[in-house]
Amino acid sequence: MVLLFVAFISFLIFRFVGNPVESLLGQEATVAQRAALEEALGLNEPIYVQYAKFVWRALQFDFGNSYRGALPVAELIATRLPATLELALTSATFAVIFGVITGIYTAIHRGSFLTNLILSTSLIGVSLPTFLIGVLLIWLFSVELNWLPSFGRGDVVDLGWWSTGFLTLSGLKSLILPSITLGLYQMTLIMRLTRAEMLEVLQQDFIRLAKSLGQSNRQIYFFHALPNILIPVITITGLQLGSVIAFAIITETVFQWPGVGLLFINAVYFVDIPVMSAYLLLVGFAFVVINLVVDLLYLLIDPRLRDSQMRGEN
Amino acid sequence: MLKHILITAVMVSASITSASAETIRWARAGDAITMDPHAQNEGPTHTLNHQIYDSLVQRDMSGAMIPSLATEWAALSENPNVWRFKLRQNVTFHNGAAFDSEDVVFSINRAMADGSEMKELLSSVQDVRAVDAYTVDIETKGANPLLVNNLTNMFMMDKSWSEANDVMTPHDVAKGETNFATMNTNGTGAFMLVSRAVDEKTVLKANPNYWGKDIYPNQVTEIIYTPIQSSATRVAALLSGDVDLIQDVPVQDLGRVESSSGLKLATAAQNRVIFFGVNTTKGPTADLRVRQAMNIAINRDAIKQVVMRGQSDPTGVIMPPFVNGWTEKLNEYPKYDLDEAKALMKEAGYGDGFSIVLNCPNDRYVNDEAICQAAVGMMAQIGIKVTLDAKPKAQHFPIAKGGESDFYMLGWGVPTFDSHYIFNFLVHTQTENRGSWNPTGFSNADVDAMIVSLESETNLNKRDETIARIWAEVQTAQIYLPIHNQVLNWGMSENINFDVQPEDQPHFQFLTFK
Repeated sequence: MVLLFVAFISFLIFRFVGNPVESLLGQEATVAQRAALEEALGLNEPIYVQYAKFVWRALQFDFGNSYRGALPVAELIATRLPATLELALTSATFAVIFGVITGIYTAIHRGSFLTNLILSTSLIGVSLPTFLIGVLLIWLFSVELNWLPSFGRGDVVDLGWWSTGFLTLSGLKSLILPSITLGLYQMTLIMRLTRAEMLEVLQQDFIRLAKSLGQSNRQIYFFHALPNILIPVITITGLQLGSVIAFAIITETVFQWPGVGLLFINAVYFVDIPVMSAYLLLVGFAFVVINLVVDLLYLLIDPRLRDSQMRGEN
Repeated sequence: MLKHILITAVMVSASITSASAETIRWARAGDAITMDPHAQNEGPTHTLNHQIYDSLVQRDMSGAMIPSLATEWAALSENPNVWRFKLRQNVTFHNGAAFDSEDVVFSINRAMADGSEMKELLSSVQDVRAVDAYTVDIETKGANPLLVNNLTNMFMMDKSWSEANDVMTPHDVAKGETNFATMNTNGTGAFMLVSRAVDEKTVLKANPNYWGKDIYPNQVTEIIYTPIQSSATRVAALLSGDVDLIQDVPVQDLGRVESSSGLKLATAAQNRVIFFGVNTTKGPTADLRVRQAMNIAINRDAIKQVVMRGQSDPTGVIMPPFVNGWTEKLNEYPKYDLDEAKALMKEAGYGDGFSIVLNCPNDRYVNDEAICQAAVGMMAQIGIKVTLDAKPKAQHFPIAKGGESDFYMLGWGVPTFDSHYIFNFLVHTQTENRGSWNPTGFSNADVDAMIVSLESETNLNKRDETIARIWAEVQTAQIYLPIHNQVLNWGMSENINFDVQPEDQPHFQFLTFK
């Protein structure tokens, strides 16, 4: 249902994005040639006919051929997807691990120097635009220090359909700067969320009870407090992961990362409608799937929800 | 003892690295669209294909025409409609097959097939035939003295390879087709394709059997081509040493690149002119005096100094200096004189000015939107209230071309290096096959006839005279408001010797290392 609606919206939008015929034919085409091309692309058929054809073919994973690259769109997206997924995964891992760790630390050691330092510099993560963070990191680590590559994915290894950058040194080095750029905002968000949740949970009665029973701090923080703050963290991470995949566009453009984000921005630039439509559907699909997984994870983490499910069945 | 070992080790390693392959890591903003040489007619695609394929003739790094796969060419004295090309002998394709006239006939016919974007350049060709193994005749519909100019990007493919791989016709990009030649190549050029990942990385290696081995320096053994769209990242890649050559240095980074140790800048005029088009039949701009006033009010020197940071070549004619028909006199632009402009506006009855919308691209030409913003201010000085409407090229060009704009910016490159190319698209009345980029409404039957006559006039002196007369008409009518010719800046590592090619097309067989 959601996907059909997204498809319809994407379809409507692309009626107004400009004329792909111009970019396709180049400056030397005649008026007659343009008319012929518009006919061939089916741009003269009524909208509902074009939409129906589009949905029908999408169900068969046939998104047509890219106007610009002349390759099948499904194949194009499949080739570029591993790059974006690896980037998204690495940056999400970075964001979650560092976010949770710093969040817990700043909650436990309130008022310490390190805490204040972390909190103030984390403001950078949310206030600087992604583009600027990327360019600054390139300038510092690539141009000035020459430690890390300034663009691209490095050497990749093909494992069947998937191409991975995890298995080569240059691949791993190339992942560092883009992952930080993409994950910095998420990390800051998760850190502050974790901290707020932790502070609240630590006030709860069962924590005081555990303390009075003589349990160690480590036990209290990691066995009692942490599981209780995970639900909001997972929710946010899930929502953010969807947007990270969808909107890695800026990071991919800055680092020339050959993923679906860069593919999309090029499609917009060249009015490559088949790629744009397919990408939008892919994004809608990704959001739906991720939110489903998040909902399922709730059941795993929170025993109360599991029990209420069972009680519901009675 | 240790010191000796260390010194030896350093020297050995240094000599090892200096004996390694001479690799050039090359980057620019856009990637080639396809490796099929006839499927597209655009800059980056031709530039990449030029390393792998050859044409009959080509332009060297100064823009001059030189023999490539053809060694001699001339029109037959007994039949001026026929051009006879003598082909280079002992040339082989990358797969070992021999190059001969059969391949030329096949390639030209392939370039004229449906789905080929190179068709228009061969519109005057009637027939191609092989006279013997190393001679080809191309017959045109009328005498066409400049046929050769259209062949500089017309690549030669191997007929038997194309048959074996089912690529007898180019794939129609518009219809979304694709074929074996999209990703695979077999040319006669200085480099062979090793691998290709679109929008990511293309690797080429030197062709050991290249026919030009002893003619050109041929010092480059490997090319790694990586498109980098973000200009900040592209410059960073050059500065950090991740790439050796970038073709499009943004004007604000020129100083930085030049002053960086280990890098240098090469600058040259580009074969591309930037100008404004105006509606010559409706509205206030229909009055010649208004157009003249607008032309005078454009302060080209200020644009060069402030907007382009010195990186432009102001002009008074919509023709880059390389083009046949260019003269110093035509190139002169009017002195910036506000009083004269205001007087002209008053004379035309627009002393109080008028309002108009300026349509401008914002991602196609160098600092295009900034130039338009400067023009808005300049027009205001003579009372014209301009509303600037800047859009990406995909939205801007249909508006400009379709006659929906009364005042728009456009740029024009001239791949044939001849004025007829400009006239045919920008000056001729808009019809089915000509004038497709002339929405100004300008239509003069005499000028049209003169333009068409250029296509079959074999007396080159007479032809040049006609060209001069057409330019006189264009300048008097002030159909367009020329601004400047673009300047190309290539940033490269200091140990490279490479001139800027006016078509922005590097030919790596000419590159030498210090």
